[in-house]
Order: sequence, then structure tokens, then C-alpha cells
Amino acid sequence: MEERKPAKILLREIADAAYQRAWDAKNAGEKVGWCASNFPVEIPAALDIPVVYPENQAAAIAAKGGGQRMCEHAEGLGYSNDLCAYARINMAFADLKTCEELDMPQPDFVLCCNNICNCMIKWYEALAKTLNIPMILVDIPYNTEYEVSEDRIRYIRKQFDEAIQKLCEITGKTFDPKKLEESMKVSNRTSRAWLKATDYCKYIPSPLNGYDLFNHMAVAVCARASVEAAEAFEQLAEEYAQSVKDGTSTYRGEQKYRIMFEGIACWPHLRHTYTALKDRGMNVVATVYADAFGFIFENMDEMMAAYTNVPNCMNIERAADMRIKIAKRTSIDGAVIHVNRSCKLWSGIMPEIERRLRTEVGVPTVTFDGDQADPRNFTPAQYDTRIQGFYEVMEENKKGGGR
Amino acid sequence: MNGKYAMGIDIGSATSKCVLIGKDGNIAANSLIASGTGTAGPSMAVEAAFGKLGVTRENISAIVSTGYGRNSFPGADKTMSELSCHARGAYHLYPEAKTVIDIGGQDAKVLHISNGALSQFLMNDKCAAGTGRFLEVMSHVLQLDISEMSEAGARAEKPLEISSTCTVFAESEVISHLSRSASINDIVAGIHKSVATRTAGLVKRLGVIPEVFMTGGVARNENVRHYLSRELGVDIKTSPLAQYAGALGAALFALELTNNKE
Repeated sequence: MEERKPAKILLREIADAAYQRAWDAKNAGEKVGWCASNFPVEIPAALDIPVVYPENQAAAIAAKGGGQRMCEHAEGLGYSNDLCAYARINMAFADLKTCEELDMPQPDFVLCCNNICNCMIKWYEALAKTLNIPMILVDIPYNTEYEVSEDRIRYIRKQFDEAIQKLCEITGKTFDPKKLEESMKVSNRTSRAWLKATDYCKYIPSPLNGYDLFNHMAVAVCARASVEAAEAFEQLAEEYAQSVKDGTSTYRGEQKYRIMFEGIACWPHLRHTYTALKDRGMNVVATVYADAFGFIFENMDEMMAAYTNVPNCMNIERAADMRIKIAKRTSIDGAVIHVNRSCKLWSGIMPEIERRLRTEVGVPTVTFDGDQADPRNFTPAQYDTRIQGFYEVMEENKKGGGR
Repeated sequence: MNGKYAMGIDIGSATSKCVLIGKDGNIAANSLIASGTGTAGPSMAVEAAFGKLGVTRENISAIVSTGYGRNSFPGADKTMSELSCHARGAYHLYPEAKTVIDIGGQDAKVLHISNGALSQFLMNDKCAAGTGRFLEVMSHVLQLDISEMSEAGARAEKPLEISSTCTVFAESEVISHLSRSASINDIVAGIHKSVATRTAGLVKRLGVIPEVFMTGGVARNENVRHYLSRELGVDIKTSPLAQYAGALGAALFALELTNNKE
């Protein structure tokens, strides 16, 4: 019998295949799009339109050491250093057309959704204007209320219909509602499997190294609506279930402390941020990513609500509750909070999230300055001091504190 | 671990401090050299402290290093973050302390102490404003010695506003005031107020639990303490040994290490 490939290999292959599929389509003369990470992926999937994700590419470029070069190129084009580094890297890529760390085809259209931030709109408008290509925007404004109201759902729904129509016009494809239903079904299956797999973090010890999720999430973002992704995450969940039974983990060594990592990974310094935690036996068992990319819905209206309930779009009370729930479910000993200069929206709520975790979950917290893709906004020594102090507080807590 | 003294060394960005304590936990010798990590400062600080007691490394039971240069100090038995060390040292100097404010050369920290140990902390973001380095830059612009700043601020009649949160921008503000012939004392008071406001924001975020104790080099600046106390609405205690709190805390951890091994 042929031995089954481990899920992590399958996931890497799926991520690679998504880029290859776009290249093949481009080379065959098909239209290829660039897509925002929280754009409803079910739409291009239903139309069988290949899209690639600038945010994923920017993260990969940053992780491979190209972040500073690309950011500086964008700054040379006139883009401010205050802009999101993903945006700067992508604008540099749109100008250079190639990148040694990770290449992807140039777009024939862009699909924008501002449920992650409004910088996204200007970024995609700049792309559309510079490259002279059409832009489709699904406007999902920041939700000031706790729940997603009917009028918001109607507003977004209307745009969905229009987005589909425009996309058909651009690509010459025909829309089949059954295919949309199918892609929604698959996307749900993937999300459920992803949530199930990540939920294994709650076991003590956790069967997975939390930093694994930073890699796996690429597929949850860009290939949600594919059967291969659903199957790979289902297999990942099975592997974690087996690890729990066997008492094994992808985290090597003793898991002394269970921590939440709040915020986007600091991709340019991934190894450094990881090593400082790993050296002290801290394993990440809680991230906002896990829940953020688990889009669960039964029908179109619920899908509209799901795309509103994403981290940077949800109201701060809901955002805090979500984190507190994750923290309690995973029994964290402390929280490491990335104040990410690139992402003003996510970082802007961090002082309050930090306070809520400290006071309502009752765990020590530490914040550090960094960036999702611009390496210049992180200082290793400052990070190390904070992490060591944080560790020492957890040590004191374990001892029961006091002298 | 047979030595008579436990040693703590705090290697900061601007200074190196060394403290030797006896088995009773009392300070036997202390030294400070005005150069920090990456210089001869740390070894000079050790030599100076050893010289005061006429001892050598043989007489030291354990060494704990702290501060930004903690990982590069040869011979340390353990490193501890300056966060834990300042909390430990502050608690030793002033056992009633529940909130500790430390403004060092490179950063500002607020620490909460519970049962004598660090229980939570907050540090400034990467901006240099509100740190000792900020005051140092300003003293150069004003051609004052850093030790003269406190008295100059206290003599102010109408403290000016220094509102920029960036050191470089604040420097421009100070230069603008100077070019308008504003009083040096009023400018200095404005600088101190700006440090106090910025630090107070950090303290309020974590919570002000009396009593409040201040450590680090800036604790010696009475005028900064005055404005900080006003911002927070509480008395701020300090000690002549405040600048040694980190090294003292490290020495106390070294003593614990000695006791645990014996």
C-alpha cells in the first residue's frame, strides 16, 4: 500500500499548486486575478478563475529576506514608509514584475475587499490605475455593532451579485449558481476541518507547534474552496488526533508554557521570534488566525455575515470576546502581543486587547514592536528583553510568587 | 559557590553597574561606570567593586548579569531580564513598593510587584522619547550637564510645552525655543514635563498601585519625579541607590542561586 504523505507536505503542495495553476492559466492566455486575502474566495472558485494573493506572496517574500529590498523599492516609487508593508512589497512587485523570493503572474484584474482594512482599497486602486486593469470591490465596512445587521447583509449581498456579473464580463466565463453552491459547500468543509485541526491546541500538551499554523494558514486563506484543501486539513486533524493518543507533538521538547501569539506573524524575523520562545519552552497554543480563517456558513446571508466577522472588521467588543474565548479554551499561561507597525487597524486595538487579556483572563502579557513584512521595524534585543521578562513572570506565577 | 559575596551586574546601554552583596543580602560594594554594553565599562565596573573590598572572582559565590548586555558578560552563572531585577532590587530598597517606574538609557518600564516579585510589566514602544537617552540628547542641545538638569528645571518660572513625541522633532522644538531666546530653565522644565507625561501614560495603562517607587538613572532627577508625581497624583519614592536597583536585584538573584546550591 502506498504510504500517505503527511498533511504538512500536502498543504505545501497545495499552496505551490495554486501558484502553478495561475502560471499555467496565464501562459494559456486565460485571465488571472490578484485577490485580497478576505475577498470571498467562493466567487472566483465558482467561476473557475485562477487568482493569486499578494498578501501571501508578500509574507513569503518577507520570510525569505526580500522585505526590505522590496519596501525600499516601493518607497523609491513614492509610497510612504507609513503604508502597510504588504502593500509596499506588492506595489514594488507590480513595478518590477518579478521577485527572486517568489514570483507570481501579473494580474488582468484585481479583486478587492476592505473587510481587512481600507488601505486595501487605495492599494488596489493604485494597482488598477498603474496596470490599467479593472478592479472589483466588495465593500464590507467596519462593523460598529456586535452582530451583523440585516441591512449590512443586504448591502453586501447586492455587491456579490454585481461582482459576479462583472467578473463574468472580464473573463468571459458563465456563472452557474450550482457551482457557487458547490464552492460554498467545499469552503465550509475546509473551514470546519481547519478549525477542527487547530482546536487540538487545547490539549495539554498540544500535539502541534503553534508556529506550524503560520505556514498552514496560507492554504486556509487561498485555497479554501478546493476539495484538496478540505482533505488535507481533515488529514491534519486526524494526525493531531493520533498524536494526542500517542502523546507526541510537532513541538520538540517540553512545553513548559502555553501562550497566545496575538497578531500577524513577524515574517522577516520569524526564526528570531520563534527561537526566543522555544528556548524557554513556550509553545503557541492560541492564535487569532485559527478562528479568523474558519468561515462557517449555511447559506448566502450567513456567508455575508461570516465575511463581516473577520478580525479587522468586527467591533472591538466582539474582537475582545473572541480572544478571551480562545485564551480560556486553550488554557494559556500568557499572551505575546505583536504591535505590528504595518497594520494600524490590528495594532490600534492592542492596548485594549492587552488590558482585557490581563484583567479578564488573568494572565501576564507582553507587547513588542514589529512588522509583518518590513524588517526595519523590529529590534531583536528589545524583543528578547521583553520575552525574558515575560517568561520570568510566568516562572514566578508557577512558583506561586513571593519571597 | 564558596565565595563570600554574590554579584549582580547591570550592563545597560549607557552605564554599567556592579553590586556585591554579603550573605545577609546587604550591599557590600557598588560601582558605576558611565559606559555600557560593548565597551570596557562592564569589566571596569567589576574591577571597581572588587577593588573596594579587595576581593577577586574567587570570593564570589555566583554572578547574575542583567541589562541589554547581559548575554555577553563572560562568567555569569545566569542572566535575568532587567525587568525582574529592577522589581527585585526595588522591593529590597523599599519593601512597600507595588509599582516601580524605571527610566533607563534606552527604555522606560513600569513594573508591578506582588509578594516581592515581578507580576506584570509594560515597556515603552520603540520610540526614544521618554527615556534617559532623550534627556541626554536634550542636555547636549542645551549645553548642560545631565546632572544640572534637575535644578535648572526646578528654577523654571513658566515651563514651556515640548509636545513632539519624537526625539528628533522634540530637539527641533527645543532649538526653536532657544532661537526665540526662551529661558533655558523653562525649556528644561518643558522637557521634564514631556518625559513625565509620556511615562505617566505608560503607568496609567498598567495601573497605579501605591506605593510608587522609581529606579534607574532618571530617578535622580528630582524635577522629573516632581512632574511625574503631579501627573499620577501620587508620591513617588526613590532611593540614593535607585540607579543600582537592577544590579542589586541581579545580586539578590545570585544570592538565591548560591543558597539553592548550598
